[in-house]
Amino acid sequence: MAVATTPPITAERAAAARRRRGGKVSGGTVAIGIVAWVVGLLFFSPVLWMFLTGFKQESQASTDPPTFFFTPTLDQYRAIFDRDFAPYFINSATASIVSVVLVIILATPAAYALSIARVAKWRDGLFFFMSTRMMPAVASILPLYIIAKNIRMLDNIWFLSLVYTAMNLPIAVWMIRSFLIELPKEVLEAARVDGAKLFTEMRRVILPMIAPGLAATALICFIFAWNEFFFAVSLTATKAATVPVFLVGFITSEGLFWARLSAASTMAVLPVIIAGWIAQKWLVRGLSLGAVK
Amino acid sequence: MAVESEVWVGAAPRRRPEPKRLPTRERWVRRGPLLPALIFAIVLTQLPFLFTLYYSVRERNLLRPGSDRFVGLKNYGKVATDDLFRNAVFNTIKLTVSAVLLSMLLGVALAVVLDKKFLGRGIVRTLLITPFLVMPAAAALLWKTSIFNPVFGLLNWVLSLFGVSNVDWVNRFPMPSIVMVLTWQWTPFMMLIVLAGLQSQSPEILEAAKVDGATAWATFRRITLPHLRQFIELAVLLGSIFIVQTFDSIFMITQGGPGQATTNLPYFIYQKAFRAFDVGEAAAAGVIVVAATIIIATFALRVISGLFQEEA
Repeated sequence: MAVATTPPITAERAAAARRRRGGKVSGGTVAIGIVAWVVGLLFFSPVLWMFLTGFKQESQASTDPPTFFFTPTLDQYRAIFDRDFAPYFINSATASIVSVVLVIILATPAAYALSIARVAKWRDGLFFFMSTRMMPAVASILPLYIIAKNIRMLDNIWFLSLVYTAMNLPIAVWMIRSFLIELPKEVLEAARVDGAKLFTEMRRVILPMIAPGLAATALICFIFAWNEFFFAVSLTATKAATVPVFLVGFITSEGLFWARLSAASTMAVLPVIIAGWIAQKWLVRGLSLGAVK
Repeated sequence: MAVESEVWVGAAPRRRPEPKRLPTRERWVRRGPLLPALIFAIVLTQLPFLFTLYYSVRERNLLRPGSDRFVGLKNYGKVATDDLFRNAVFNTIKLTVSAVLLSMLLGVALAVVLDKKFLGRGIVRTLLITPFLVMPAAAALLWKTSIFNPVFGLLNWVLSLFGVSNVDWVNRFPMPSIVMVLTWQWTPFMMLIVLAGLQSQSPEILEAAKVDGATAWATFRRITLPHLRQFIELAVLLGSIFIVQTFDSIFMITQGGPGQATTNLPYFIYQKAFRAFDVGEAAAAGVIVVAATIIIATFALRVISGLFQEEA
């Protein structure tokens, strides 16, 4: 019976699918493709404009109508580095990289305890981490500022790195946990039966298996740390100021230093755009704290 | 919860005792890996908040050393009756609601488009997520200068092709300008989560609907939208949590102005703390914001928790 009835249905469905596909390639798909490209370019245009403007002379940067064709120059990039952009860039890199390393070191064992080892009240633990991310930064900024001032850590890049670590910890715990619960249980059990101790199990069995997940987590945390502005502008002044703080200097430049601003912004956004393009596949997972794959 | 008791239990596979009955030492061994992160998070996020609570009942100004005394709930009274604080609350709500709604509508539309096959889909997807990756402080400055500027801005140049004369966007429409930048920034976020939802639909059901002769719109409304609901909820709630905290674009584009037109809560507290150095009032405002956030976050957690139980 089953054999007799299935073929017609499958054939009918296949035919329906073929008909649909055949009909759409010509009209619908092309129209959708055009709409998608137009909207995509529209969304991208401010970034593209910034990139182009960074290679203009100041006189070409603010014109009416806008200048679309020009001879590219590296003058603005030179000017930025003359204005000591490098220390800001190094500070941003330090705070981001140090915080990412710390986050991974702290979050991996925690995620392990909250997923594979399942400590008592693991749910509460997970939600505790989440709640620290939901607390507005403005609620803790004053004490952080006063504490930093009292222990002479104000305007200190290491203190900022610690703040970023705390900021990214919940994202990392949730994300790494989402990778851990996907591990096949048999593998872990086999390791246990072989008498692997906790640390060995971590290092030899779990870490290699979640390495891509850890890389994705690191990239997501890097993006958030690099782009952070509120803590940076509140807790740093001159020595530890990061790239977004450097940009504050351009706030009042009414049509004066647009090309230079664009060059500086290009430098500022490039690391994260590259990291984000690489991590595209995992971006959703990171943004939804591991809830959406 | 049933699932929970079946899963991997650790060192004692047989006759697994309830977690409570484990020997104390064993419990601490299990908890060990969790502790560094837990302690770190408590020290850097919970302790400062306790300090905020403490400051909120004291009168203290960093500009006047020695001014530090207990004043009870006076700061809360001052903040609650402050017109500027109320203005900041309304601005925050306006800003968050409009930016979240707009970016969600655009996000759903773009996700539906990206769910179809067309030439260069990967590239378009990459172009579309880029605004979310751009450093918000840099994006804000670029919008303020190259796009919103009344004389040299791209926006007015485009509009001039349609006969609209020079508009001073940031000064005449401060709030819509900020909302526009935020929408540009957050649409990719919404789009990515909704797209993940679309792609997790079972193709068989959609195929069946087609075979049964359902129109594309009916299929979308009756099958796709209900399926997307929890993804949309998650994106809206997470998006709101982030957008409520908007600071960068306001600091860079309007500095809360003109007047107080775009001062939201984070910017209000920042001004109280770092311009007026009024620790007491800033702390009281902070505590009020946290209380409000806890209420909103409770709903958020319920939704996320729903997604999360399904997966367990």
